[in-house]
Amino acid sequence: MNNETPRSIAAIQDEIIADFALLDDDAEMKVLYVMELGQKLPPMPDEDKTDENIVKGCQSRVWLTARLEGDRVYFTADSNTAITKGLVSLLIRIFNGQKPEAILASDLHFMNAIGMERFIGTQRTNGFSAMIRQMKMYALAFKTKMEIGS
Amino acid sequence: MAIPATLPTDIKKIREEFPVLSQKVNGRDLVYFDNAATSQKPRQVIQALIDYYQTTNANIHRGIHTLAERATKAYEETREAARAFINAESSEEIIFVRGVTEAINLVASSYGRAFLREGDEVIISALEHHSNIVPWQLICEQQKAKLRVIPVTDIGEIDLDAYGKLLSDRTRVVAVNHASNTLGTINPVAEITRMAHAHGAVVLVDGAQAGAHLDIDVRAIDCDFYCLSAHKMYGPTGTGILYGKKKLLDAMPPYQGGGEMIKDVTFEKTTYNELPYKFEAGTPNIADVIAYREAFRFILGLGRETIRAHEHDLLTYATERLTSMPSVKIIGTAPEKVGVVSFVVDGIHPFDIGQMLDARGIAVRTGHHCTQPLMDRYEIEGTVRASFAVYNTKEEIDRLAEGLQRVINFVK
Ligand SMILES: Cc1ncc(COP(=O)(O)O)c(C=O)c1O
Repeated sequence: MNNETPRSIAAIQDEIIADFALLDDDAEMKVLYVMELGQKLPPMPDEDKTDENIVKGCQSRVWLTARLEGDRVYFTADSNTAITKGLVSLLIRIFNGQKPEAILASDLHFMNAIGMERFIGTQRTNGFSAMIRQMKMYALAFKTKMEIGS
Repeated sequence: MAIPATLPTDIKKIREEFPVLSQKVNGRDLVYFDNAATSQKPRQVIQALIDYYQTTNANIHRGIHTLAERATKAYEETREAARAFINAESSEEIIFVRGVTEAINLVASSYGRAFLREGDEVIISALEHHSNIVPWQLICEQQKAKLRVIPVTDIGEIDLDAYGKLLSDRTRVVAVNHASNTLGTINPVAEITRMAHAHGAVVLVDGAQAGAHLDIDVRAIDCDFYCLSAHKMYGPTGTGILYGKKKLLDAMPPYQGGGEMIKDVTFEKTTYNELPYKFEAGTPNIADVIAYREAFRFILGLGRETIRAHEHDLLTYATERLTSMPSVKIIGTAPEKVGVVSFVVDGIHPFDIGQMLDARGIAVRTGHHCTQPLMDRYEIEGTVRASFAVYNTKEEIDRLAEGLQRVINFVK
């Protein structure tokens, strides 16, 4: 499974942009869609919902863990609010199965393209940046580990 | 539920006075239900600000030229209007401040430094805004005094029996709000004051949530201090008043030093100006104070009885509609409330509800409303709060209920 090459981060972003483009620039539809994505996120084991795993800088509570399988990174996350859970699910869709280098080098631009700040507000947008930062921190840690380990 | 076909014409007329209300948000007519945070401003307040800058702008009190005279006169007219609005005895008892937060800090700091000693006690309630908690914590720590907290009951009323037991001869200050910003509860401030006075304590009433909604008579309440924020009562941001009984204000040291508040300054000694200027150091917020007068006029022009009756209707209607939704629970069900409905919904976080409602053009507030201890009391993280003003309508409450139903249906 670790050998299968996931689609590129750029390709997945384009797919997300295309999905949101179907929503007619309607704030309510976008919010509902994000919540729906959150509902589909695989559950996170309760024992992972520790204070240590909370992403700092988010208004809502967001728990995030990551593991390395071979040379690929996989994230698990949950949140106490449905919208935030949907937002983190977008990041998981983009990053899961990527190599640490790819995550570190990624430049996420889909947020602007889908008008995210307009439908979730600045506070959550800041929280979203905090999630990305945390995911990149994990990627950096794994990259370092792989370099030392090999 | 019956929905009236048209708005009562007077509310329609009132709405026309508020330019902000006629816009669309996310493609729908704005529903503004965040009035406890700040109210919208009628044209006459906005116009007073424009007029001031276009025709009058001058520094007050020290000038003798015509513009300075005019500005000073207008500024002092607001003081008189504020006095009349709360039925204070004299306009010397009205001090302009930035708002309730500054008013409470002024009293806590000035009164506290002068009169609080080690072992003395300050009593607040569990339904206070952080602005009526933190200044007291600070001064109590500094003076080694003790902060005591009156519990609230399940429906959100101050527990008067418990209060009676907290009062003692060590009590120096009691500070409570007139109405709760989170629950809407109207507190029996006259009774609370009477009980405090029996123990020789002074009473501060935080009137932030009363200004736009209740008849305020500081002499009937007999409180020693009363605070208002203009921006929560149709006035501009950045100003408000502290009322204090003259005898107390005279005995209190100045809060800040600078221009305006002095009589004579030498490097050896400064003598202070008399009331109210003793507490108004520096150039004040002249424009907003002058425009504040129009907010008093607006409220008195409509009549506080009329406002109260309309808002009470809204509260009753909103309470009915929300109570009929099984997964919605209203927090704060005291019989006497201003137009505030705080609620939680089973299994849905308040943030998500707030965001969904915003997507439908409905502005509510979500979170702890600067009353974290109160949230702890009800063991919740936060609520969704809809708070009403005189320009709100039952149709808008229907929009809220519809929006809420949609989130609930979606999540189920
Ligand atoms: C009950 C209460 N007290 C104090 C304040 C603080 O008022 P301001 O921020 O205008 O100083 C508020 C504002 O939310 C309030 O609702």
